[in-house]
Amino acid sequence: MTEPILSIRDLSIAFPRRAAPSVTVVDSVGFDVMPGEIVGVVGESGSGKSMTARSVLRLLPKTAEVQGSIRFRGDEVLKMSPDRIREMRGALVSMVFQDPMTSFNPVLRIGDQIAEAIAIHGRTSRASLGERVAGLLARVGIPEPKARARAYPHEFSGGMRQRALTAMAVANGPALLIADEPTTALDVTVQDQILRLMRDLNEQSGTAILLITHNIAVVASLCRRLIVMYAGRVVEDGPTDEVLSSPQHPYTWSLLQSVPRIDRATGRLTAIKGQPPDPAVPLGGCKFHPRCPWAERRCTEEEPSLERVGLSHAARCWVRMSNTTAPVQ
Amino acid sequence: MKDAITVKPPPFAARPGWAARLSSGFADLRELQVSTVLGVGFVAIICFGTLFAPLLTAADPLGLSKETLLGPGPAHPFGTDDLGRDVLARVLYGGRVSLSVGLFSAVLSLGLGMTIGMVAGFFGGALDEVLMRVTEAFQILPKLLVAVVVVSLIGSGLANEILVIGLLSWPATARVIRGRVQVIRHEEFIAAAEMSGASWVRVLARHVTPNVLSFLLVSASLQVASAIMAESFLSFLGLGDPTHPSWGLLLQQGQLFLQQAWWLTTFPGIALAMTILGLNLMGDGLGGSRAGTRATRR
Repeated sequence: MTEPILSIRDLSIAFPRRAAPSVTVVDSVGFDVMPGEIVGVVGESGSGKSMTARSVLRLLPKTAEVQGSIRFRGDEVLKMSPDRIREMRGALVSMVFQDPMTSFNPVLRIGDQIAEAIAIHGRTSRASLGERVAGLLARVGIPEPKARARAYPHEFSGGMRQRALTAMAVANGPALLIADEPTTALDVTVQDQILRLMRDLNEQSGTAILLITHNIAVVASLCRRLIVMYAGRVVEDGPTDEVLSSPQHPYTWSLLQSVPRIDRATGRLTAIKGQPPDPAVPLGGCKFHPRCPWAERRCTEEEPSLERVGLSHAARCWVRMSNTTAPVQ
Repeated sequence: MKDAITVKPPPFAARPGWAARLSSGFADLRELQVSTVLGVGFVAIICFGTLFAPLLTAADPLGLSKETLLGPGPAHPFGTDDLGRDVLARVLYGGRVSLSVGLFSAVLSLGLGMTIGMVAGFFGGALDEVLMRVTEAFQILPKLLVAVVVVSLIGSGLANEILVIGLLSWPATARVIRGRVQVIRHEEFIAAAEMSGASWVRVLARHVTPNVLSFLLVSASLQVASAIMAESFLSFLGLGDPTHPSWGLLLQQGQLFLQQAWWLTTFPGIALAMTILGLNLMGDGLGGSRAGTRATRR
């Protein structure tokens, strides 16, 4: 068996508050990413997806209290010196942020910013830097890369910026690319282009991708494995088709129910009732029980652990759905 | 595959050449307010006059003559003083002194203010607290009074004046820059730069600095103005450098003859007023204009 490229165990992230117990936004999260694999992480806003992703690069706010273990190729990221972290960032692990509008420095040329990302990690002459930047821009499908490299961010459209951002992220051929909702800020056609770009990068360079999104369709088309997060916890983890066809956690099921489908004309969409829990308010038992149609007494008292439900499929639920119909309420 | 439909994108316009950029620069100028243009005009006149003083008058600012206290006339457009020196020459050459004191102490105070503001705003926390308390301590000092005391202790002279004025006027810049850096610090492109493995030095130099320059520009023109004022004040009190007559010194020497020779104080006064007003109008205009905010637009 191959070693996972990224291995997260019991990761907890908390933020201290003044005169109050700290708020835990990520709680004992654990999963692996294999080399060359595309793993999707889905969940609502505030489920801890982005925090988990940023913690891999140690890009969390300074006040965050991080516990557990994040291993990249066997090395403990949380114990690395600042210098080693910097060597890792951008070169071995890099990240594409959610908002292409704000991820570029507005006063510097796009090409210079990409060149900078390369220059940080290696000595390259100015001329060959220009060549590499143009090559990268061409690779992400930006026409006339030489001329465009001299453009400023405001001269790029949203889709182009996201492409350029992706070009910057893969400039040093990282082994792992973390994409934090790379398509959220884009319109649907551009989304498709960016996703195709990610798949190409994965196929051509073998870059492992951790794709964070709240769009299940994106995951379905791209990822082999799917991790569902809710209220800072992994609630389900398994092969994408298995999770989508027979979800084991009620939250996953509800999430799938709320996706509009073209092959089922049921009229109204099913929304998940209620709101995700406020991490600042303590909630006993399973974090999903207030919104769960299957919730039993046990669910309100004791929190389930992530249990194996299949060969490589796990879910955090006492009831564990066996069929895909909701109980009569 | 959707790839089959390839749409050839329109060619990307090359960056405009210098001529086009210049004309778009003039288009920006047209959007400026009258007051800003007036301010720039005043400053331009003063700068021209002081820079090209030798071309504008043949007289020596320190050259004595027997023609004392002559009113403005063809030989001496601004008249002469009690020692027969040409007032036009003294105003023009005095401007050099005033402006360079203003400029150099502004450079000093902007450098200090920017460094302190950037470090405080970027790192935050305890460092920010300490630096800001120090800034406030400097800010509450009665600037001119302290300058008078310090200059009389360490002795007058251009270098001392520059040093004292510079060291006393950085807090305003530090606070403006700190506030701006606090905003920029949380921009996603800073995280993106850190993600690329950039060190904090690089992040500050490459990504934060260009984004505060427009603020610094506005700060700069106001700083120069207030430094010139401070210098004039010191000179007026006789704490200036007597070997380098500045406008303040001219005013001080002229006030003895206020009733006999109005030209001794009026002309340096006008020059001083034009400079201060011009710089302030310019600073205000830049702060509010498109040219000033361009760097921060996206």
